[in-house]
Amino acid sequence: MAVIETKDLTYTYPGATKRALEDVSITIEKGEFVVLTGPSGCGKTTLCRCFNGLVPHFYGGKLEGNIIVTGLKVSENSIHELARHVGLVFQNPENQLFALFVEKDVAFGLENLGVPRDDIRKRVDWALQMTGIEDLRERAPHELSGGQQQRVAIACVLAMQPDVMVFDEPTSFLDPLGAQKIFEVIGELNKKLGITVVLVEHRLDLASRYSNHVIVMDEGKVVLDGEPREVFNSETARLIGVGIPKATRLSQFLEKSGVHLGRVPVTSEEASHILKEVLRRD
Amino acid sequence: MIKVKDVSFTYPNGVEALREVSLTIQDGEFVAIMGQNGAGKTTLVKHFNGLLKPTSGNVLVDGVNTRKMSVAALARKVGFVFQNPDHQLFCETVEDEVAFALRNFGFKERTIKKRVAWALNLLDLTEYRKTSPFMLSGGERKRVALASVLAWNPKVVILDEPTIGQDHKQKERLRQFIVQLTAQQKTVVIVTHDVEFVAECNPHVVLMAQGKIVAEGGAKQVLTNPDLVTQASIVPPQITQIFLELADLGLPTDLIDIYEAREALLNFLEANP
Amino acid sequence: MSVFDGLRFRRVSSPIHQLDPRAKFFYVCVMFVIAVMFNELLPLILLFLIQIPFVFVAGVQREWIRSLRGAAFLAIIIFGFNFLFSYLYSYYEPSYALEYSLAMALRFIVLVESFSVFFLTTSPDHLGLALEQSHVPYEFCFAFTTAVRFVPVLAEEAQTIMDAQKARGLELERGNFIKRIRNYIPILIPLIVNAIRRSLELAEAMESRAWGATEKRTNLYMLRLGKPDYVLALMSVLMLVLAVYVRLSIPVPRLAMILRI
Repeated sequence: MAVIETKDLTYTYPGATKRALEDVSITIEKGEFVVLTGPSGCGKTTLCRCFNGLVPHFYGGKLEGNIIVTGLKVSENSIHELARHVGLVFQNPENQLFALFVEKDVAFGLENLGVPRDDIRKRVDWALQMTGIEDLRERAPHELSGGQQQRVAIACVLAMQPDVMVFDEPTSFLDPLGAQKIFEVIGELNKKLGITVVLVEHRLDLASRYSNHVIVMDEGKVVLDGEPREVFNSETARLIGVGIPKATRLSQFLEKSGVHLGRVPVTSEEASHILKEVLRRD
Repeated sequence: MIKVKDVSFTYPNGVEALREVSLTIQDGEFVAIMGQNGAGKTTLVKHFNGLLKPTSGNVLVDGVNTRKMSVAALARKVGFVFQNPDHQLFCETVEDEVAFALRNFGFKERTIKKRVAWALNLLDLTEYRKTSPFMLSGGERKRVALASVLAWNPKVVILDEPTIGQDHKQKERLRQFIVQLTAQQKTVVIVTHDVEFVAECNPHVVLMAQGKIVAEGGAKQVLTNPDLVTQASIVPPQITQIFLELADLGLPTDLIDIYEAREALLNFLEANP
Repeated sequence: MSVFDGLRFRRVSSPIHQLDPRAKFFYVCVMFVIAVMFNELLPLILLFLIQIPFVFVAGVQREWIRSLRGAAFLAIIIFGFNFLFSYLYSYYEPSYALEYSLAMALRFIVLVESFSVFFLTTSPDHLGLALEQSHVPYEFCFAFTTAVRFVPVLAEEAQTIMDAQKARGLELERGNFIKRIRNYIPILIPLIVNAIRRSLELAEAMESRAWGATEKRTNLYMLRLGKPDYVLALMSVLMLVLAVYVRLSIPVPRLAMILRI
């Protein structure tokens, strides 16, 4: 069942001359882990904001074409209505946390929705547990590391129990281990809870191990849409200049030199596994 | 030349950020200071232009103790490009922004005009000369910040986390730009935790953890050593990850570059048909 | 800045910290009213002394004394002006002028100090909660707590901006008065621009978490008035009644007279 469906989606920010999105038509099925990528300014951030209605309701401007998210028409539903079904986690962890301590922040969305107190308590505890930050409950956001803050932001959105969670470059400000931890948490949410994930990310090598659907955008248009292996291995991806995983690049180099590996690896583990087979064989 | 001798630094709030760190950076070197967030990398480089003075130990820039020099005087030699360009930009035009430091350092107006034109051209910003820096995109603002530092032609250029938020193409441009700078005999110091970027640049690497330097050496030596990488809480480059698993087949494990990796594999296949 | 030290909250727990902010605020208001009622030194001294047990029970002596020192400067100015005015201009007799001026200065201190104890023993989130439950519109409570939350962030950002501009040769300590003020423009503009950018991101995050979904917002926490709060409120009312009685029927003696007797 399609949980997000867009047809010929076109959008221009108010006062802008160039289109931010042009004829974007994609389908995202329930339970998928989608990686959305492309060079800076390609429209991936704008597309994310269409999923929960920030575009067009918060930014204004004209949204043409159709977009239906969890059965709701985005243009006809308010942001707070869509927020019940789609959660958005942003790039900068600091600017998503407003309360003076973690627990209050996680409860914020539920308080806005008017959820009864006992339910808030249960959901907050559950969200803190799922993101592994129960011990940070009473801490002030300013005392936390970037990675911890980002996990709090994820818990804040998770507590609202959305069907879809969209992550806009959530690991930009984090170091590699912090980033890995975030990907693990997101992977768990997708696998264990069946939440559909849309992850905007440049570091494809880190994200590729979790995803089963990759969409590449350039200049407002969708240029590639399909299975990770196909997308990373394609010539178009290389020409656009996205950060194709080195594992895939290496296999492309070897293919050009006449070494056939059989399968296209997207992660380092896959690459070493395949290479071991091929080299042992010879 | 920058000499760091047994430097320890504790912040006013009591956090011990550096513990007896010693390091020498020669003129014209390209150094990457790596480690996880909180390891002390930025604290260390802030000693190079005098923003921080050591709690104990000494930092000597071209033989002069930084305690004896003002930040402005040291900044003439050591340019520092901060991570977030929005912490610097305040002028009405890009031109003024690039000229700001030159005016502070007392350059003559004629020289300023020439330098500004040169810096803007270097970073492809000439068309934005009269634009407000606030109207530019994130990547363009980063270039303005870089131009404003290069304009006064410092001997040393420090880049603090220059790859954050940059896409693949932008990082490639940055890498080529750094190569240009080193070709001009500038000393380039980057502070980063982006292992892939460092693997592609192949600089001299200084690895830090918890306020201490845990390793120093070529990128190939340091980043392919699993113990050091774990100690500093970073991850090895992707190519290294692949080859660490292939060690028992007799392939080299100190590879970080994809071209060398291809060569190694092709050689192996030729040797073992 | 030390006046502000007295207003900053420190995370400690004591019986005073546990009191409902509304009860504490009522007490502070009563102190305010009583302090304004009297021009005489004696009752003001009493009022000042009453604060002290609260300070020690709450364990906030050090910060409280620091704010005292900060307020002392202004208090001295108040004393000076009042003394000059009452002695030279109104021709009061010296001992009376002295006592009157001291009383005015002490009144100022009493007012500052009672607010200081309030802020030192009330966490900003308790305060926000108290505001909410006192039917202050949620937008204001939210603005208040969010502002407090970002104070350390902005302070750090200001420091970073100063470092970044110093690294471009900006010298903040040099130059005459006018030049120094101009030198702060490269600090203020990035600070303000970034604050605006930050608030845009915050607004996006708020909207994405269903801000404005319902009129009736629920709350994870609720302040409940307990016995200690009612005791404090009762005490305050009694003090007020006593003060009014004294003001209306008993002439308050001057300290000078008591000392001579």
